[in-house]
Amino acid sequence: MAPMLEQTEVAAPGPVPDPMLPMPYRIQRVRQETDDTFTLEILPEDSSSRFSFAPGQFNMLYVFGVGEVPISISSNPANVPLLKHTTRVVGTVTKAMRKLKRGEVMGIRGPFGSHWPVEDATGRDVVIVAGGIGLAPLRPALYRLMAEREKFRRIVLLYGTRTPDDMLYRRELEQWRGKFDLEIQVTVDRAASTWRGNVGVVTTMIGRAPFDPSNTLAMLCGPEIMMRFTVMELLKRGVAAECIYLSAERNMKCGIGFCGHCQYGPTFVCKDGPVFALPSIAAILGKAEI
Amino acid sequence: MPILQAETTEPSHVGDSFVVEREHLEQLLQALVSRGYEVVGPTLRDGAIVYDRLTSTADLPAGWTDEQSGGAYRLQRRPDQALFGYAVGPHSWKKFLFPPVQRLWQAARNGKGMRILPAEAPARPKYAFFGVRACELSAMAIQDKVYLEGQFVDPGYKARREDLFIVAINCGQAGGTCFCASMNTGPKATSGFDLALTELLQDGRHCFLVEVGSVRGAEILPAVPHEPASDADRQQAERILDDTKHHMGRRLDTLGIKDLLYRNYEHPRWDDVTQRCLTCANCTIVCPTCFCTTVEDVTDLSGEHAERWRRWDSCFTVDFSYIHGGSVRTSSRSRYRQWMTHKLATWIDQFGVSGCVGCGRCITWCPVGIDITVEAGAIRASDSMKAPADQSEDSP
Repeated sequence: MAPMLEQTEVAAPGPVPDPMLPMPYRIQRVRQETDDTFTLEILPEDSSSRFSFAPGQFNMLYVFGVGEVPISISSNPANVPLLKHTTRVVGTVTKAMRKLKRGEVMGIRGPFGSHWPVEDATGRDVVIVAGGIGLAPLRPALYRLMAEREKFRRIVLLYGTRTPDDMLYRRELEQWRGKFDLEIQVTVDRAASTWRGNVGVVTTMIGRAPFDPSNTLAMLCGPEIMMRFTVMELLKRGVAAECIYLSAERNMKCGIGFCGHCQYGPTFVCKDGPVFALPSIAAILGKAEI
Repeated sequence: MPILQAETTEPSHVGDSFVVEREHLEQLLQALVSRGYEVVGPTLRDGAIVYDRLTSTADLPAGWTDEQSGGAYRLQRRPDQALFGYAVGPHSWKKFLFPPVQRLWQAARNGKGMRILPAEAPARPKYAFFGVRACELSAMAIQDKVYLEGQFVDPGYKARREDLFIVAINCGQAGGTCFCASMNTGPKATSGFDLALTELLQDGRHCFLVEVGSVRGAEILPAVPHEPASDADRQQAERILDDTKHHMGRRLDTLGIKDLLYRNYEHPRWDDVTQRCLTCANCTIVCPTCFCTTVEDVTDLSGEHAERWRRWDSCFTVDFSYIHGGSVRTSSRSRYRQWMTHKLATWIDQFGVSGCVGCGRCITWCPVGIDITVEAGAIRASDSMKAPADQSEDSP
């Protein structure tokens, strides 16, 4: 029996804040990252903004008159209210977003969704597996890990991109590698003969990556098929399912569980995700057209 | 306009029941009007009983009933002048509480910047729903979970819901596609109303048993001539409801239905239903619990003024699951599976209740008569992966 709402006799005090209302943010910098990705750095117009977020969460970004898209936050959570969003140009809204210039204003709603369990990684090895722009929602987690590097054991980033030129945040990663004992392994789908690194899918690196499967927390973000095979390899190496987290992606129109678009089996990616512990979606991971 | 009665009777209380004669029902409706409510309820239009504005009880479909089956809806004359002698039609109350098209906000460009202007607080109508079925009360409670009881609240829905006055009507007969008894949502309204009526027609007498469900309901009653209900009145109402309960047009076995559907994502029945489903989205539009929406961004010709609109959407469209590169659910098989699995299974995980209230609208208004009770039954009948000790009761 569906429980019924009791008729309330008294209205709640004060107006309900409207979660669909964007807040204006001004663009401080537009940075071309790769051929088809760029990063917007933005600050709230409202100087009293108390915006904060956890690594892995996303915002809804609105371009005046064009539309709104969910984009993960890719900046350092310690640097709020400055926000960075790395975006790939794939559709109408992201195309319009790429044309925005420093000084222009866009709308932001958020932050929404679940986050990477960075704190749970204390005292453990951390394996981060990213595919392409999948590194963007993981970068805030890397900032957190680097900020308290001593709390964690080995930190391994396995990163796969289409070509060497599609690597994101290259300089920053190299700095971290030098400064913080971060193991980075990169592989590409294809490369010119000058490339001396790995060629192949990112999953092939898991078997020999330096981590202790019995004491590891894994965070994955990339194309669904990449995450599915990465999960298989991690499980094969003995990482427990509940220590594997992945970030899912679905169409979203609201970000707050009203529009229904982001349903993924029993979950709403916008509020139950985007970061899921593997057991909560294991039954549907890889199923076609869910 | 009838003159309101002086408040001469003892104050009534929640749980009390009274009898109101047919000719005095008008006073109830007018009492709501005089208190500033916009009264909406069932009325005849375009060959169907729809929900629209009522100015008097003369707008109710007196003497009409409906015949419903898979893909079929016909109005018929009744031998009597019952006001509520039919089942639910194509409309549901969600169109008032969560309008099909809403402007969310407007924005104005100013130089490089923009100003977001909240949708001007509309002179929103304070609704009184006149003739809400038990299954529809359940549907509202389900939509409340979406818009009011999660992390985020929809302010428009909240305002309309709080103002709402509900006159429920217990069903005197079951429709051809009804299965509320299976879903435990009817045919009797048990809570969530201000007043609940049962229409009594016997031996030339035409009256309503009125149950008081809230303080607001009790407060309006003095404006309507009424007398305490007798045991005989109450027994007659119980008999009617018992009869309705045992004449459901459809039934659905909900035992363990969540796991049943979870373990049958690849059942061949989905291939069978895809041969019939037109993915027209009718089922989602008539469903009283379906809540999916999309948004549209528009600008004026100058490009200086933008608006964001929200409108009902349906998981049956290809666009619904579109993400860069293509749609997730391209086949009609996957879209029907998404809808039915959502209604009967994933909804339970999401909101703690089934998304189906057994109103039968999706069956009646499906142009090819696809029947959710038959489809679920077919999967159960050939559930190849049946768990041996599956006695878990996870249906609501």
